[in-house]
Amino acid sequence: MLRAEGVAKRFGATMALDGLDLEIAPGEFFALLGGSGSGKTTLLRLIAGFETPDAGRLLLEGRDLVPLPPHARPVTMMFQSYALFPHLTVSDNVAYGLRRAGVPREERRRRVAEALALVRLEGFGHRRPHQLSGGQRQRVALARSLVVRPRLLLLDEPLGALDASLREATGFELRTLQRATGAAFVMVTHDQTEAMALADRIGVLERGRLVQVGPPTEVYERPATRFVAGFLGGANLLSGVVRPDGGVDCAEVGCVLRAAVPVTAHPAGAAVTLALRPERIRMQAEGAQPPEETNAARGTVAEVAFRGELSTALVRFDGGATLRVSRPSAEGAPERGAQVTLTWPAEALTVLAD
Amino acid sequence: MNVARVGLWLGLGFLYLPILLLVAYAFSADRIPFQWGGFSLRWFVALAADERLIEAALLSLRIAAGAATLAVLVGGLAGWALARFGPFRGRALFGALIGAPLVLPEVVTGLSLLLLFVALEGAIGWPGGRGAQTVLLAHATLGAAYVAVVVQARLAGADRSLEEAAMDLGATPFVAFRTVTLPLMAPSLLAGWLLAFTLSLDDVVLASFVSGPAGTTLPMVLFSKLKLGLTPEVNALGAVIVGVAAVALGMAALVLARVDGRRGGG
Repeated sequence: MLRAEGVAKRFGATMALDGLDLEIAPGEFFALLGGSGSGKTTLLRLIAGFETPDAGRLLLEGRDLVPLPPHARPVTMMFQSYALFPHLTVSDNVAYGLRRAGVPREERRRRVAEALALVRLEGFGHRRPHQLSGGQRQRVALARSLVVRPRLLLLDEPLGALDASLREATGFELRTLQRATGAAFVMVTHDQTEAMALADRIGVLERGRLVQVGPPTEVYERPATRFVAGFLGGANLLSGVVRPDGGVDCAEVGCVLRAAVPVTAHPAGAAVTLALRPERIRMQAEGAQPPEETNAARGTVAEVAFRGELSTALVRFDGGATLRVSRPSAEGAPERGAQVTLTWPAEALTVLAD
Repeated sequence: MNVARVGLWLGLGFLYLPILLLVAYAFSADRIPFQWGGFSLRWFVALAADERLIEAALLSLRIAAGAATLAVLVGGLAGWALARFGPFRGRALFGALIGAPLVLPEVVTGLSLLLLFVALEGAIGWPGGRGAQTVLLAHATLGAAYVAVVVQARLAGADRSLEEAAMDLGATPFVAFRTVTLPLMAPSLLAGWLLAFTLSLDDVVLASFVSGPAGTTLPMVLFSKLKLGLTPEVNALGAVIVGVAAVALGMAALVLARVDGRRGGG
């Protein structure tokens, strides 16, 4: 429904967006993931109409959005600060968009009540924004954006201003709301767990470019670049040299790496980087019978950190590499200084583009 | 805590004792304005009969109201532009020019305005002599600077995305201004109006420069009376002004409280 074609935006010397192409499907929950300065908020503001692209087109259901001012676009935005009108009550805040659209009084009242019920804020209509908690304000902002029935809702760090304890529950609510309304949601976030938990698809932005777009599992399991691998869940990066048989000599861990997809894009002798998720590695005590696994390496446990359901161990290799290994805490933690064998399946290795 | 309390009373005394004395001596029967001669209302009676004083007071109030309104219009727009129009070309210069009357000595402002009015009259035949009209304009110039500062501070403290949210929800820029920006500015506009009103009411320097025969404001009359010798009539006038101001402030507080209560209560 939304199509961005070669969208570029420059602020002075910095390129906020650099020829970005993107397609959002109707009813989709899409997350734009990126660090600060990656251009993610700029893209939202371009779609909402608060900025004008220097180049490229933005089409909503085939109609060019660029010439339309913000108030004429069938798109609403939930601001990071929520931007609730402090001089209006909760009801009047929610009714604001309906009033502008000239919705008759009776229908307005009904739809405001519905919207407040949707975000479970019945009975809060007469309050003022400053009398609400952060989570309640967030829900008012959502109701205000959704009550006008936008085809596309833009969310700028929707969970960013909430306490950690509220985030997960609110995230589930967002998903439920999105399904209930059928609107497409485009969310901007710097938090990869938030993006993976909520979105149907994730787009990772790096310096104004979309470096990878795909479902969360795919982006997580098969990161395309070092940046994506590092940004999503801190993968281990292993560098090595391609062998004629398609394996990769990795001096850092002292073994030959074999990926499920052969390293054919690179000629023999080329240097490549592979990503390996910490939780895909199995750790066994030295001396135990090594299982039939393609990749195996021996190292020493340097540090162990308990993180609740998972424990993370740092395993050091004579070749100089240190791998992060996570495994369920219930399986017992290894001793610091213990000699261990690490094994991982060929599918766990992803060859990165850079 | 005792020290704090003593300090508070000293501070309040410093601020309000002169006013209290003025009001008290307004009820004194003695002819010398600072000598107690028993309770009497004779000076209020004399004041009511003093047409010149009454006329000057009414003129001052009219000028103050007009100047404050004009100052709110001009200064409000300037403050809004400074707070919301981003880094437009010449913004720093504009800000400095708006604020200049705050730091310029009033004699300089007064003299330059006088020169301007004289030159204008020579060039285009307006303002056609100096009087209440020129005083009003001069006071509006000074008041606008104060209003601009107050409005800018108020808007700078308000989230910019509020107006964006309004437009996002279908408000044209004008409607967004009317329904969001203006209500946000309202308290500062009211405060700015009161400031400009007070400034105008007690100004004697600017008025002396730009006024003419038909524009003698109350402070100017008082000043000229000072040269001839004061009578307790002036005290009585002071007491009336204090009384009016107290009533006005009390009413403003009541109105604000009611507005808040209504908004809070749905």
